[in-house]
Amino acid sequence: MSIKQVSIFIENATGQLADVTKFIADNNINLRALCIADSQDFGIVRIICENPENTVETLSDAGFVTKITEVFAVELTDEAGSLSKALRVLADAGVEVEYTYAFLSTKKNATAYMIFRVDDNEKAIKALTDKNINIISQSDIF
Amino acid sequence: MERYFSENVECASREEITKIQSEKLVAQVKHVYDNVPYYRKKMEEKGVTPDDIKGIEDLHKLPFICKDDLKDAYPYGFLGVPKSEVSKIHSTSGTTGKRVIAYYTKEDEDIWYECCARALTAAGATKEDVVQVAYGYGLFTGASGVDGGAHAIGAMTVPMSSGNTDRQITFMRDLGSTILCCTPSYAAYIGETIAEMGIKPEELTLKSGVFGAEPWTEAMRKEIEASLGIKAYDIYGLTELGGPGVSYECYEQKGMHINEDHYIAEIINPETGEVLPDGEKGELVFTSLDKKGFPMLRYRTKDICVLNKTKCSCGRTFVRMAKPMGRSDDMMIIRGVNVFPSQIETVLLQEGYKPNYRIEVDRKNNTDTLDIYVELNSEKFSDTVKGLEIQEKSLAGAIKTMLGINPKVHLVPEKSIARSEGKAVRIVDKRKLID
Repeated sequence: MSIKQVSIFIENATGQLADVTKFIADNNINLRALCIADSQDFGIVRIICENPENTVETLSDAGFVTKITEVFAVELTDEAGSLSKALRVLADAGVEVEYTYAFLSTKKNATAYMIFRVDDNEKAIKALTDKNINIISQSDIF
Repeated sequence: MERYFSENVECASREEITKIQSEKLVAQVKHVYDNVPYYRKKMEEKGVTPDDIKGIEDLHKLPFICKDDLKDAYPYGFLGVPKSEVSKIHSTSGTTGKRVIAYYTKEDEDIWYECCARALTAAGATKEDVVQVAYGYGLFTGASGVDGGAHAIGAMTVPMSSGNTDRQITFMRDLGSTILCCTPSYAAYIGETIAEMGIKPEELTLKSGVFGAEPWTEAMRKEIEASLGIKAYDIYGLTELGGPGVSYECYEQKGMHINEDHYIAEIINPETGEVLPDGEKGELVFTSLDKKGFPMLRYRTKDICVLNKTKCSCGRTFVRMAKPMGRSDDMMIIRGVNVFPSQIETVLLQEGYKPNYRIEVDRKNNTDTLDIYVELNSEKFSDTVKGLEIQEKSLAGAIKTMLGINPKVHLVPEKSIARSEGKAVRIVDKRKLID
């Protein structure tokens, strides 16, 4: 049930994000979600897109430092406390969350999703499924 | 079977070599005394006359020549023959102070090419080979030396000069080049480019490479050998002594054989100038025995080095010099510690990074800072900020272990550090150490 996220390493400098997104646009790669993490020196651009393998290849060929990371996406019901509930389940299962970010699907009437990168995907997915929290697959997003 | 270009001297007995060196030294000292007033004055100041030099056992009596002497005597002060006898010149880039201009007579050129021919032969070159010369042609000695050496062997020489890497690779493939001559950093760059183009090393006809003109590590040698599918040989020289070919590696790759019929090597204590016993580490000093145009007696190279007089399995009897452990013009003193970029490069390769880096040294609040920018590759990319910060710290720790001082490591994207197609520019020293 995991989803392949594409991570791109960039310099933390003016214009770097513009350059990488222009490259993505020029290569006709449609993004569903994007998140940025940064330090003083560098940034990591993380994207969810339709064809992760091809995207990584295209980016690598152009000289970007890039890799695929296995993450998973949780469907959140449109009510207060649903994110907190999911995080509680993960905490109780002893899963460490590295990072998380949100996006809206255009496919299912603006449903909200959270992407999670955790230390143990299998354990996290099992814990959430056991509590009837919906994990979606790559094909559900596009 | 090992092949030699000048077997009679390359494999001569110690007695024969000593005899050649002594005879040539006596004549060379007379030549310099008579024709180079600058050095004659130095000899007079030391109370030495040519009559005091009866053989190599008297070499230590002669005064040294330092880079400062060449600066003082610039441009013609060390010219040992009338200008009409000079067939050509070469020059250093002059990055440290004034440039050095070296003069060659026709005979000096021939001796130089013979030295380079020995180096190429040791790297497997024969008349049948295609030698691609990717050193810069022009004032720089590199290209002329190996070009002349390849001609002396009778190999087909491809005078590419440096740069225009795509064209280099096209010629390499179309002509079936078998031996590549360039700086090690450019060889590494060609290797990277070939990989990017999707060409496998075994698709090339290259069998060996002769690389010099800048310090490089054993780790870098392995990278180059793997990326180009060759055996990589080191060659040593400096403009002051005529250029590459002063010494060269054989297939053993354990030190460079010094062309002892043309040069005498000494290791001295750089502080006191005293000659050190065999096997001790110190500054390398050379005397050129034949060069008439720009004769150097006891020239201090500033290269820190060790000589090895043990027998080599290749059959050559010439003494071997280690890869210089650094040059004083490469060496930085950071927080009182001597730092050689090659040490940092060794750590990077050990830790799985490419040797593409930039060192920035600065002084803030009277404390030296050392920042090292290292290119990250996809294999080492961990996707989390925490992970990358741990990598930076761990690399800094490994460098601290090597150098004894703590650097700040910055990971940067691939290809973001400027590549030079000649000498690799790796050091930015922003400190003001002199007025």
